[in-house]
Amino acid sequence: MKLRNVLNTKTPKSPLQKKGSSSIRIRNSKWLSFPYILWMIGFIIIPILVILYYGLTNTDTSLTLDNVLAILDPINLRSLRLALGLSWKSTVICLLLAYPLAMILSKAKNKSNFIVMIIILPMWMNFLLRTIAWQNLLERTGVINTVLKFFNLPMLNIINTPNAIILGMVYNFLPFMVLPIYNVLIKIDKDIVNAARDLGANGIQTFLKIIFPLSLPGVISGITMAFVPSLTTFVISNILGGSKITLIGNVIEQEFRVGNWHVGSGLSLVLMIFILISMAIVSKFDKESEGNSLW
Amino acid sequence: MVKKITERFYVGLILFFLYAPIIILIVLSFNSSKSRARWGGFTLHWYKELFKNESIMNALYTTLIIAFLSALLATIIGTAAAIAINGMKKTPRTIMVAITNIPMLNADIVTGISLMLLFIAMRFTLGFSSVLISHITFNIPYVILSVMPKLRQLNAHTYEAALDLGASPIYAFFKVILPDIFPGVLTGFFLGFTMSLDDFVITYFTKGPEINTISTKIYSEVRKGIKPEIYALSTLMFISVLLLLIIINRKNADKQTVKKK
Repeated sequence: MKLRNVLNTKTPKSPLQKKGSSSIRIRNSKWLSFPYILWMIGFIIIPILVILYYGLTNTDTSLTLDNVLAILDPINLRSLRLALGLSWKSTVICLLLAYPLAMILSKAKNKSNFIVMIIILPMWMNFLLRTIAWQNLLERTGVINTVLKFFNLPMLNIINTPNAIILGMVYNFLPFMVLPIYNVLIKIDKDIVNAARDLGANGIQTFLKIIFPLSLPGVISGITMAFVPSLTTFVISNILGGSKITLIGNVIEQEFRVGNWHVGSGLSLVLMIFILISMAIVSKFDKESEGNSLW
Repeated sequence: MVKKITERFYVGLILFFLYAPIIILIVLSFNSSKSRARWGGFTLHWYKELFKNESIMNALYTTLIIAFLSALLATIIGTAAAIAINGMKKTPRTIMVAITNIPMLNADIVTGISLMLLFIAMRFTLGFSSVLISHITFNIPYVILSVMPKLRQLNAHTYEAALDLGASPIYAFFKVILPDIFPGVLTGFFLGFTMSLDDFVITYFTKGPEINTISTKIYSEVRKGIKPEIYALSTLMFISVLLLLIIINRKNADKQTVKKK
């Protein structure tokens, strides 16, 4: 236990330190990964190939690009643009809300898992229900407007508008932004920060030159963790956006609901291009931490 | 001082933002009016109705079984994989980590659709097992990412010492390695359980018509109005988890104070 605490004070992400190679190696442990490798090939790699197959073929199994090019249809293109715009905005808002929160939490003395739990706890209330509860809060005669009316303040009319969808996205994906940033911030070596202060840097300089650059891996994984699900959601837009606003996720879901698998797969491939770009950015920043900055 | 108050206020505000809808749902579970929009007085009626409602209880049962089994199997496969990955050389390790990241970073809708297409192409009937397989698939990465950091903190020499003293590798694993990485394994299990419980999109695409989880049941009722029993059910689930967390936290706090003495 003591030993672990000592090891814990290391900052794996500090550029000042080389990564130790003293980690445990169990002889002949390779076979332990076989079930996992088989599982991943069967249920991750092959399904992606199946989606590629459907996306690039017609119902008569001939090769075609029509399904992918269906994205150029004005309606689909508009829903993609809207989804990109909304998810971009919600990701920026998430970051602006999450970073100060993660900083405050990382400074708290009681560094138990409790803080993290408080952030994850809302997930135990079904996410559809929580989103439906926002309807209650935002409706014309909803809770927020009742309160506003009581104080004679102007009404808030954002239900069934893109703004309500942004709010729903921020609400649902904020925890995914807070946790990676928090996890990186608590690992930053306090000595580096103190050294900067001793050498005369003020608070803002310390933040810009030391803390923020060191927290970048967490920020990047937070951004993808919030951006990808917002970009591809069809549930939030369905519940908070009314029936008139369709995002690219809604289009794909509709194509599959009516049995139009080839077009649906083609459009999914377009989405995957954006996801792949995000993954490439993450892996570029994530080399050192090997994925553990996510949680 | 001012800074501290501002910080407290900020945390409070965010927590309020996160918990406001939950408070609404809890309030709705006691609302005697069937409509979401009107308060008709306090009642416990929906809690009684809940246990009589067979379709909700069935959905709850399916949800819990899938969450438990998928978390358990993902924990076994994931922990084994994490140990193997930890012992790998750089290149295979990078490839494995990249593959692990795919289901985490990929969109739920793409994962769901791709698995659905696979099951249909294999003529595998969509139902309980297809949902279970899908949930295991997206849970394994959470386990690996929870266990890996603990493995890296391990002292390699204790395991080797155990082997030198005549322990078989399997015995040494259970006596030396597993106790040390257990917190990570447990975190992985609970993360997986939570993710499975809260998943809607992947379940929606991979389930057959005859089974429902709580999520898919709620979604099918969004347009016609949610049954108040569902609010009662989620309130019960939420409160029990909350109590569990408070108890665990108390116990940990007690342990810490004992140590300090």
